[in-house]
Amino acid sequence: MIDSIKDKVKELLDTGEIKGFLGLVRKNGHIGPHLFQKGDELVDLSLGDNKIAGDSRYPLNKYLMNIAKAYPEETFGVLIRGCDDRGLQALYTWNQLNPKKVVAVGITCPQELADACECLKPFPEDITAGECAKAGEQKSVAAVDALVLSERFSYWMDEFVKCIKCYGCSNVCPMCFCNECSLKCDDLVKSGELPPEIPVFHHTRAMHMVGRCVDCGLCEEACPSGIPLRTLYKKVGSIMEDKFDFKTGMIRGQRSPLNKIDSAEGKK
Amino acid sequence: MDYRTVLTTCTYCGCGCNFFLEVLDGKAIGTIPCKTSPVNEGKLCIKGWNVHEFIHNEKRLKRPLLRKNGRLEEVSWDEALDYTAARLKEIKEKSGPDSIGFLTSAKVTNEENYILQKFARAGVNTNNVDHCARL
Ligand code: SF4
Ligand code: SF4
Ligand code: SF4
Repeated sequence: MIDSIKDKVKELLDTGEIKGFLGLVRKNGHIGPHLFQKGDELVDLSLGDNKIAGDSRYPLNKYLMNIAKAYPEETFGVLIRGCDDRGLQALYTWNQLNPKKVVAVGITCPQELADACECLKPFPEDITAGECAKAGEQKSVAAVDALVLSERFSYWMDEFVKCIKCYGCSNVCPMCFCNECSLKCDDLVKSGELPPEIPVFHHTRAMHMVGRCVDCGLCEEACPSGIPLRTLYKKVGSIMEDKFDFKTGMIRGQRSPLNKIDSAEGKK
Repeated sequence: MDYRTVLTTCTYCGCGCNFFLEVLDGKAIGTIPCKTSPVNEGKLCIKGWNVHEFIHNEKRLKRPLLRKNGRLEEVSWDEALDYTAARLKEIKEKSGPDSIGFLTSAKVTNEENYILQKFARAGVNTNNVDHCARL
């Protein structure tokens, strides 16, 4: 799979179609994000699989936004999986990236990763390399939903109380792009207070991920306290699906119900 | 354009978390915790996450300061080192090596800490070495 990705990226760089390719590199014994600008750098390209599939994924779309802001006229390539593709589609509708300036190079995820992620679509719409796995079975939300209300409440409170307020969950999130973050608004979350007030801190973030979370799972991987954040946001996502028939980033061009308040459709 | 991710170690405490500094055209704009680091496995505390912010801070000390006539003034490294060496010698001769103490730092590497204790013990002949983590 990696060779076809290298060939594709090399072609994009050689023809000058893209100014650089934001992917992953194996360097100094580690895997990290890298902007490839020359074809010969591609020998060290990585797809983010270190010990197990997908364990070294990074929010590349987030870094792409930083680069694109500084170089809005240039076109860049980016390595995407299914969740990153959903992210790109959603970011386009929120005007955070210009689809004309992004060339996505898509890879599929193996079944083991799709199952671990409980992923609804473990592949991007346009696939450069790889075979499609089946959607992963949805278990984590159902397991928490099965608890009676009081137990469910204590389950979450016992998790939230572990929070060290590192802000890692929002710092890593490819869908967190607000200029003014509600987690840093003193009326909701007091600055300088540790541990943060619960469940307000986590609910504030969960509310803000409504219609935005693409279920990449990077927040949960970044949480030093092991709080099952992905389950929380999966639940938020399932409510959006139930009530608004909306799945973030799944349908190209579809705007979130919260992203069309100004439109006739939104007013309805 | 110049976009790099530079692997480095957190300067805030002795844990040694690894991250990449996201550097765009020579300016550090972000911190990316390293997922393959056995120390922090893609996680950081709030200080680590914001480490890129102090790099370009105006208040950061970049040159040695020497108090002259009651005011701190910027001086060259040569002047600062000559002054420090002369004063250390003077104090040691007058009041003995144990009148001098050395405070090392959690924000520097093991090797730098090693050098400082070596200098204290072998150079100045004192065991007065301590560390900010114990203060
Ligand atoms: S969420 Fe889906 S697309 Fe993303 S890494 Fe997991 S399996 Fe792959
Ligand atoms: S899973 Fe977490 S990191 Fe990924 S989009 Fe959702 S909230 Fe953001
Ligand atoms: S990553 Fe975990 S510990 Fe850090 S602020 Fe988010 S929930 Fe709290």
